[in-house]
Amino acid sequence: MTSLATPVSIQGDRPRRLWRNRLFTLAMLLCMLVAFGTLAVLLVDTLITGWPAISSQLLTGLPSTVPAEAGARPAILATLYLGLVVLLFSVPIGVMTAIYLEEYANRERWWNRAIEVNIQNLAAVPAIVYGILGLAFIVRGIGVGRVVLAGGLILTLVVLPTVVVSSREAIRSVPDSIRQGAFALGATKWQVVWRQVLPASIPGIATGSILALSRAVGETAPLIMVGAITYVAFNPTLFGPYTALPVQIYNWTKQPDTDFQTLAAAGAIVLLVIVLSMNAVAIFLRNRYRKQW
Amino acid sequence: MEARRIDSGKIAEVSHGLERTEVERREKVFSVTDLSVAYSGNVALEGVNLDVHKQTVTAFIGPSGCGKSTFIRCFNRMNDLVPSARVSGTVLYHGEDLYARDVDSVEIRRRIGMVFQKPNPFPKSIYDNIAFGPRVLSMEGSLDERVEQALRRAALWDEVKDRLKDGALGLSGGQQQRLCIARALAVEPDVILMDEPASALDPISTTRIEDLMHELKRDYTIIIVTHNMQQAARVADMTAFFSVIVDEDGGGRRGVLVEYDSTTKIFTTPSDKRTEDYVTGRFG
Repeated sequence: MTSLATPVSIQGDRPRRLWRNRLFTLAMLLCMLVAFGTLAVLLVDTLITGWPAISSQLLTGLPSTVPAEAGARPAILATLYLGLVVLLFSVPIGVMTAIYLEEYANRERWWNRAIEVNIQNLAAVPAIVYGILGLAFIVRGIGVGRVVLAGGLILTLVVLPTVVVSSREAIRSVPDSIRQGAFALGATKWQVVWRQVLPASIPGIATGSILALSRAVGETAPLIMVGAITYVAFNPTLFGPYTALPVQIYNWTKQPDTDFQTLAAAGAIVLLVIVLSMNAVAIFLRNRYRKQW
Repeated sequence: MEARRIDSGKIAEVSHGLERTEVERREKVFSVTDLSVAYSGNVALEGVNLDVHKQTVTAFIGPSGCGKSTFIRCFNRMNDLVPSARVSGTVLYHGEDLYARDVDSVEIRRRIGMVFQKPNPFPKSIYDNIAFGPRVLSMEGSLDERVEQALRRAALWDEVKDRLKDGALGLSGGQQQRLCIARALAVEPDVILMDEPASALDPISTTRIEDLMHELKRDYTIIIVTHNMQQAARVADMTAFFSVIVDEDGGGRRGVLVEYDSTTKIFTTPSDKRTEDYVTGRFG
């Protein structure tokens, strides 16, 4: 009985600590609500505003000064072309850079460390800066002109650091035991990288690249900078003038006629669908090939 | 010295070991002279001299940090992959210097295979795991036959013959390790290095790996690093005991070869006190 005689002391300052605990949980919940609430309101508002204008006219029609006849086909097509150019350039260059940094670069050397730090920095550079750079070097400097290819190259610059960083993470997640196992069989460095490391890191690389691509597709600022023009009443080509979907949306919002505002919201829905389905593919890939080791 | 004699039954059964004279009658595969290894200037292993003979099993035993894993990696130049590692001294392989300038480390690793502590199958099918070596080395002949033969030799064929296209990571740990042995055999090596091949396995899988080593000894030269003294006693003809020397100032720890003799001798009448303490379980 004596050992049970002191139950009071275990109470301590429990109520106050519990209260703090709840307060903190509540604060975090509130932060989350602010973030997601804003997003949800925006989404719902866009959906409600834009829904009436979602039509085949929007997807296949050409731009027009009459809102009822206006469509975004050239913009949608150009956005898809831009995405393709970004994919073609950013993935090979980004993956090769990541392979060099992870598998070949000697970290003891200062220039390799400098490259690493600068890639992190480049990922944080505002897109408009790449727009200015692109205008000076790609559009005017090497004279590509204000065409889809130039826009795609500039967007490639924007997302390249992201592709490099995510590819490096994917390559780094391949366990060293795989490399050692391959080396121990007499494989050369190239064979180890090409036949073991790269295939094993493809899911991670694909996920990262798609996420980077969806960022590129939604990018507006650098494209305005390098002359994605506003009124394109024909299908774009790789080497021709163009507008992109975000730019088209931006221009519609500037029109005084409220019907154009509706069109802008509808355009935003189309862009959202494109971006979200790309992200869905990325998530699917990530889950499908979850780490096996 | 009768007093130094250890009752072998209590510690480990030396069951398959050859006599030292018999071992030394066989051709020398490796001849190591004054070998030292340092990582970033810190000596990990110092002044090792020993010979390894054809178609024998040689075990390296010793406490953690004694450099036995570092040492085994000198035989196929795996230490080349660690930029900070420096190897000095000589390792002769059939009389040729493994560390000579014109030696191709890739060719060495084809002849001197390696099995690692943790089974490390490639995240591919069983078939592709075995076929990887022959493919990267562009070996002649039928790949299917080569795969079957390697799996048979590693005593894995019957268990996997109906699911060669299945992923290797679906195999049990013991099967994965035998797959790794099969993978090493597929490139027709001369020597197989095993770095604690059974330390991550259950007792039954361990027994299978040990049985396999007795089989493989007929055609290959095997060097094994093991933490498990009973295992060394069961499989090895020759045993090398490594120990750690801590510098006076307490700064550096380096591994040294204490004693190298027939397994029977090491486990029953070792000539060095440190070996005796270790094999009787008083140290390490």
